[in-house]
Amino acid sequence: MPKRTDIETILVIGSGPIVIGQAAEFDYAGTQACLSLKEEGYRVILINSNPATIMTDTEIADKVYIEPITLEFVSRIIRKERPDALLPTLGGQTGLNMAIELEESGILKELGVEILGTKLDAIHKAEDRDLFRNLMYELGAPVPESDIIHNLDEAKAFVERIGYPVIVRPAFTLGGTGGGICYNDQDLEEIVTSGLKYSPVTQCLLEKSIAGYKEIEYEVMRDAADNAIVVCNMENVDPVGIHTGDSIVVAPVQTLSDRENQMLRNISLDIIRALKIEGGCNVQLALDPYSFQYYVIEVNPRVSRSSALASKATGYPIAKLAAKIAVGLTLDEIKNPVTESTYACFEPALDYVVAKIPRWPFDKFESAKRNLGTQMKATGEVMALGRTFEEAMLKAVRSLEMGLDHLELKNGAEHDDAWIEKRIRKAGDERLFFLGEALRRGVTIEQIHEWSAIDLFFLEKFDKIVKMEKTLADNKQDKDTLYVAKRLGFADRKIAELWETTEAEVYAFRKEHGIIPVYKMVDTCAGEFESNTPYFYGTYEEENESVKTDKESVIVLGSGPIRIGQGVEFDYATVHSVWAIKEAGYEAIIINSNPETVSTDFSISDKLYFEPLTIEDVMHIIDLEQPKGVVVQFGGQTAINLADKLEANGVKILGTTLEDIDRAENRDKFERALHEIGIPQPLGKTAISKEEAVVIGKEIGFPVLVRPSYVLGGRAMEIVYNVEELEHYMEHAVEASPDHPVLIDRYLTGNEIEVDAICDGENVLIPGIMEHIERAGVHSGDSISVYPPQKLTPKQIETLTDYTTRLARGLKIVGLMNIQYVISDGEVYVIEVNPRSSRTVPFLSKITNIPMANIATKAILGESIVEQGYPTGLAPEQQGVFVKVPVFSFAKLRRVDITLGPEMKSTGEVMGKDATLEKALYKGLVAAGMEIQTHGSVLFTVSDKDKEEAIALAKRFSTVGYRILATEGTAKTFEQAGIRTDIVEKIGAKGTTLLDVIQNGEAQLVVNTLTKGKQPARDGFRIRRESVENGVPCLTSLDTAEAMLRVIESMTFTAEQMPKAEVK
Amino acid sequence: MKTRMLILEDGTVFKGFAFGSEAASQGEVVFTTGMTGYQEEITDPSFYGQIVTLTYPLIGNYGINRDDFEGITPQIRGLVVRELAKHPSNFRCDETLDNYLASKNVPGIEGIDTRKLTRIIRKAGTVRAILTAANEEVNVEEIVAQLKATPLITDHVKQVSPTAAYPSPGRGMRVVVINYGMKHGLLRELNKRDCDVLVVPYNTPAKEILAWHPDGILLSNGPGNPADIPEAVEIVKELIGKVPMFGICLGHQILSMASGAKSFKLAFGHRGSNHPVKSLATGRTELTSQNHSYAIDEASLKNTDLEITHIALNDGTVQGVRHTKYPIFAVQFHPEGSPGPEDSNHLFDDFIEMMENEAEKGKQNA
Repeated sequence: MPKRTDIETILVIGSGPIVIGQAAEFDYAGTQACLSLKEEGYRVILINSNPATIMTDTEIADKVYIEPITLEFVSRIIRKERPDALLPTLGGQTGLNMAIELEESGILKELGVEILGTKLDAIHKAEDRDLFRNLMYELGAPVPESDIIHNLDEAKAFVERIGYPVIVRPAFTLGGTGGGICYNDQDLEEIVTSGLKYSPVTQCLLEKSIAGYKEIEYEVMRDAADNAIVVCNMENVDPVGIHTGDSIVVAPVQTLSDRENQMLRNISLDIIRALKIEGGCNVQLALDPYSFQYYVIEVNPRVSRSSALASKATGYPIAKLAAKIAVGLTLDEIKNPVTESTYACFEPALDYVVAKIPRWPFDKFESAKRNLGTQMKATGEVMALGRTFEEAMLKAVRSLEMGLDHLELKNGAEHDDAWIEKRIRKAGDERLFFLGEALRRGVTIEQIHEWSAIDLFFLEKFDKIVKMEKTLADNKQDKDTLYVAKRLGFADRKIAELWETTEAEVYAFRKEHGIIPVYKMVDTCAGEFESNTPYFYGTYEEENESVKTDKESVIVLGSGPIRIGQGVEFDYATVHSVWAIKEAGYEAIIINSNPETVSTDFSISDKLYFEPLTIEDVMHIIDLEQPKGVVVQFGGQTAINLADKLEANGVKILGTTLEDIDRAENRDKFERALHEIGIPQPLGKTAISKEEAVVIGKEIGFPVLVRPSYVLGGRAMEIVYNVEELEHYMEHAVEASPDHPVLIDRYLTGNEIEVDAICDGENVLIPGIMEHIERAGVHSGDSISVYPPQKLTPKQIETLTDYTTRLARGLKIVGLMNIQYVISDGEVYVIEVNPRSSRTVPFLSKITNIPMANIATKAILGESIVEQGYPTGLAPEQQGVFVKVPVFSFAKLRRVDITLGPEMKSTGEVMGKDATLEKALYKGLVAAGMEIQTHGSVLFTVSDKDKEEAIALAKRFSTVGYRILATEGTAKTFEQAGIRTDIVEKIGAKGTTLLDVIQNGEAQLVVNTLTKGKQPARDGFRIRRESVENGVPCLTSLDTAEAMLRVIESMTFTAEQMPKAEVK
Repeated sequence: MKTRMLILEDGTVFKGFAFGSEAASQGEVVFTTGMTGYQEEITDPSFYGQIVTLTYPLIGNYGINRDDFEGITPQIRGLVVRELAKHPSNFRCDETLDNYLASKNVPGIEGIDTRKLTRIIRKAGTVRAILTAANEEVNVEEIVAQLKATPLITDHVKQVSPTAAYPSPGRGMRVVVINYGMKHGLLRELNKRDCDVLVVPYNTPAKEILAWHPDGILLSNGPGNPADIPEAVEIVKELIGKVPMFGICLGHQILSMASGAKSFKLAFGHRGSNHPVKSLATGRTELTSQNHSYAIDEASLKNTDLEITHIALNDGTVQGVRHTKYPIFAVQFHPEGSPGPEDSNHLFDDFIEMMENEAEKGKQNA
C-alpha cells in the first residue's frame, strides 16, 4: 500500500526524561522515527521535555518543542500547530499515556487529529488487564490465573483462592513501578498498597506466580495489510520472576526446539493480529521447562526497550520501519535498510549470539535493596556479540565497566558458602558473579539449577568458562590454550592474572602468534545476501570482513552503559562529534557497547564497532583501522579513562593532550596550574592516609568536602563537619593510597556556577554561563540550572569569562571543557575543571544554538573556532529563561536516601523555557513530574542549622495560603516568628505522626533537610522515603523549596488585608 | 578431541574438530539459516547427498528427541557447525546430536568459521567438498582434483523414495502421496486432517495410482534436480486433470514441468526459515520455510495452463502456481514448516477443501 497522502503534518511525542524503565532507547527510537517520517516527505512536529537527546535537535524534526509532556502543554502545541495526525507509539509509556489523555480530553476529536499506527483501542486492549485477559481467552492463549483488584480486600480474597506466591502488577506504570512478588501476608499488604498508589487507575493485577518458567520474548511487527513478522526472539537467562529489563538476556533463544519456537511465534503473531497493531510490539511469554505449557505474560503495544535491543541485536531498525508502517507503507514494499537488496518483510537470521546485561545503580546506592523482582531497577544496559555464548557473555561483563573482567567478584573468595548460596537463590544484581564463584568452589550446575532455576544449558556454559580458568593456569604461555580461551571471550587481563604476567604481555604474545580478532558484519541474514552495513563485532575466527578504507579515519569512543552520572548527554555529544568528523571529510568510526543509544545506530557513523570499551578491545580496532587518532572527550569518564593506556600504546589522542587532561584531573598538578594561571580555588589538599586527612582537615577548617580523585558523578563525595566524620569517611568510604589519593577541600557555601567552553588551543568560546538554584554542596547534576544567570553582577560575569578563558588557554584545552565555580562572599573560586564534554552540553547547545560538540570536534581536527566562523569570548545572552531540572527515579529504588548532596542521584533531566524564571521553573518542575498546587499543606522538618532560614520560607508559604505542618521543635520556632503552625507528632509518638500525615496524603509537599548521619534508621530518612513511596514531592534543599515557592507565588494572586490606619 | 578437515573444491581448507561418525564423506556443501530446527533439517530427505552447514553457531542445544524427525534416517552427508553443544538441555532431549549422528553414520565438523564458509558458498553457488580426518598425509591438491573430477549426483530421488507403497489410514479424504523424498511433516498435516493416506514410490505408474480412487494427490518434496527424473514428470502428466493435486517443493517443480514449464538452478539455493513469499491473490506476505536449489523459470510458464500465485519477495522467483482448468496447485516452499514458520499451513486446508468440492461435484454428476 502506498503511503498516506491525505496527511501532511505529524506530531511525535517523545518519552521525556530518562528514568529507570525508560532510558535512551526512546531517543534512538524517536530519532529514527522522525527521520523516517521526514524521509517520506511529512512535516514532523516533535514534543519532548528532555533536552539531552538527539531527537530534540532541530535537524531531526521540522519543529521541535522542548516543553512538558502534559495535557496542558501538548494540547497547546496541538492547537498552535494543528497537526493532521499524532504518532504516540514511539515515546515509550509516557508517549502512550499522553495520547490516551489527549484522546480522553476530546481535543483530538475536536481538531480532527488522527492517531497513526496502533489505534488507542488496541493500546487499551493490551494495557488494560481485564480487556487483555478477555482477548487472550478469545485467542485461546493461556494466561496465568489472575484477578484485577482495586483494594487490599480483593487481593486477600484472590490469595485465599490461589495461594502464595503471587505477583502484583500495577496497571499503566513504567518498568513495573510499585509491583513485586508476594510470599506472605505482609508482602501482600505492602506491595499491593504501594502498587495501587502508583497505578494511575488504582488497579493492580494479581497473578499466580510462574516463577521458574523460561522467559521468552518475541519482537513482532505488523502492517495495515496484516503482514506480520518476528524480528527477533530472546531468552532470558534469568527465569520468570525478574523484570525483563533487569534480566540477563540472550538472542536468539537458545534452549527451545523449533516446535516450541514455532508455538510461541504463532501465538505472538496471533496476538499482534488480534490487537491490530500497526508497528512494533513486544510479547513476553513464560514457557514451562518441562512441557509445552506456556503463558502469555504481557504485551507492549509499542516500541520498547526490548525493541531497541532487538534492533541492535539483529540490525533490523524497528522504530524506523514502525514509523513507515504508521503512514500506511507495508513491510513488503519497504526495502530492508541493511541489505538494501531484500525487503523488510522477512525475519532476520543471526549467525552470532547476543548477550545483554543490565547496568544497575547499586555502586552508587549502596544502601538500596539489591534484590531483583518485577520492578525494574537498572538504569542502562550493555550488549555484546560473539560467536559463542561465552564470548558474548564475557564481552558484556567487561562492557559493564564495573571494574570486572570476568565472572568473578573482586573479593569473591571472602564470601562464605552460605552467603553465596543465598545470593544465588535470591536474584540480585551480582548473581552472575556469585554463580562464577560457586562454580569455582565446585558447586555442581545441578545444585545451582536447583537454587536459581537457571537453565542447565546456561549454567554449563558458565561452568565451561570457570573450567577454562584452570586450563589456562595449567598451560601458561601456551598459544593453543590461549586461542581456545580467547574464543570463549576471556579478557587479556584475566589471562594475564592466570598466567602471572601483565595484560600488555598477553597482548604482545597474542599478536606474535597471530591470535587477533576478526570483525564480522551484522547483516540480518547470516551471510545469505550481500550486505554493506558498516556494523561489526569482533570475534576469534578466520575471515575478517571489516576492510580498512583509503579514507583517513578518526575513532570516537562512546560512553558505554547509561548510569547515574553518565547519561544520554554523552551519547548526544558523541553523535555530534561523529557527524562533525564526517563533515570534516574523515571516515568516522565509533566504538560503543550500549544498545539503547543513537550512537550505536549503524546509520550514524561510517563504521560502527559494537565492542566493549576496554583497552584490549579498543586497541584491536585501532590496530586494524590505523586511524589518524582517537577522540576521547565526548564519551564521558569511560573514554577519558582509556586515554593514558591508549597513549602508552602509541595512539594519538586528538584534542586536549593526555598531559593536559591529567593536569586538570590530578589534584596536585591542577593546583599548581591554577597557581600559575592565578585563579583562586577553595583551600584544599590531597591525603593518602587517614592520619594525613585529619591533619589537613584541621588545617583548612571544617566543614570540608572529601572525595576520591578521578571520579564521575561525585561518587563517594561527602561534606564532613568534624574530625570524627572525617575519620569515619576515610575508614569506610574510600581506600586511600598513593595511587588513589583523597581530595580534601574547604567547603564553601555560596552560589554555584557552571560554565562550558570550547577552546582550539588559542581561541575560547563560552556559549553560556549557568547558575544553580541549589547552593554549592549539591552535585551539579542534581541541581536546577538556570540560564542566563539571574543573580550575578556584570563584574562577576566578567570575572567568570576571564577565568574561563584563562583556564582554557592555561590548561591548553583543545575541544570542550566544563568548569564548576562557587561564588562565596562575592569572590569567584574554581571548584573543578573537567577537560571533556559535560552533562550540560546538549542543554546549552540547544539554548544558544551553538553546536558545541560539532565546533569542538572541528577544533580538535585543526579548524580554529574563528575559521569556523564563530566569535570568541562569552556568546551574547539569549532571550528568555531556561532551566534544567533533574529527574530522579527514587520510586524504583527502595531504601535509597533521596537527600541531595555531593553525590549525584538523578537519572535524567528536563528543560523548562519561558519568559521569566518563575514560568520556566514551573514548566521544568511540571515536566519533571512534580505537581504544583496553589494551596495545600507543607510539612517542615528541618535541622537546627536550617531553622532560621526556614522561617522565611514558612512565612511565604503561609502567605500564599498553605497550611504549615511541623514537628514540635520546628513548630515552636515558627510560632515564635508568628507563623501559624499545626504540630504533628514525631515518628513513634502517639497521635498523628509525620508518617501518618504523609501516608494519608495530608501534605502536598515535604521540606526536609538533613540531620547528621546517613544511617537509614534515622527518622529523617524514613520521612523522605515515606514521601517517595507516597508520591509526595520531598525537597531536601531549602533552595529548591524556595524555587518552588516562587513558582507558587507567581501562580497565585496575593490575599493581603488592608493596612490598618494607625491613629497617632 | 579428534581433528577433522573440510576441504572445498576451490582449495579452501577448514580445520576443525570431529563429531558424529568417523566416516569420510563427500558431497555438495550447502548452508541453511534457520536458527532452530536442526533435527528436522538433518533428517529432511531433501538434503540427500549434501553436506549441510548451519549458519547459527550454537547447534545441538536441545539435543535430539523422539518426535521431531522428518525422515527415518538422516540423508545428509555431513554436518558443519561452529559449536556443538555437549550438554543439551530440553525436557524432550533423548540424546546428544553427536551420539545421534555417530549412530547414523553421519560425520560432522565443528569449530570452523561457518560464516566464512557461507560467504564462499554464496559467491560460488555450487561447492563440492569433502570431510576427512585431519592428518599429515592429507594431500589437499589431490583431494581438490578428485572433487573437481567427481560429478554431482543425479539419482537423489531414487535413493530416498520408498520402494513399496504403504498406507497411513484415516477416515477422511483419500490422498495418494507420491513420495520423492517426503518429509514426515507432510504426512503429519494430512493425518491431522484425518486423511486416508497411501504413500507410493516416485515411479508408481499413473494407472496404479488412479486405481486407488484417490480424492487427491500430493506431490511431495524431495531432493535434487527435477530434470533428473523425467519418468516422474511423465507420470504426473498423465494424472493432470484426473484428480485434484497439491505439489510441494520438488512436487511443485515436477507438476510445473509436467505442465510444460522448465526448471533452472538458482545461483545459490533458498534454505532457511525466513523466506518471505507474497501471495498474489491476497497481497499478503507469509514467512516460509524453504529448501531448494532449483526453481521454475517464470518465462517458461507463459504457454502453460499454470498461473503464478506466489512469488519470493526477495528475488522474485516463482513460489507457487495454480492450474487454470483443473483443481491443481503447488508451492515451492514448505507449508508444513517443521522446521520453520507455519504461516502458510492453511494451504493444507485449501487442499482438503478442494478435494471435498470435487467429491461433491462428482456426487452431483453421478
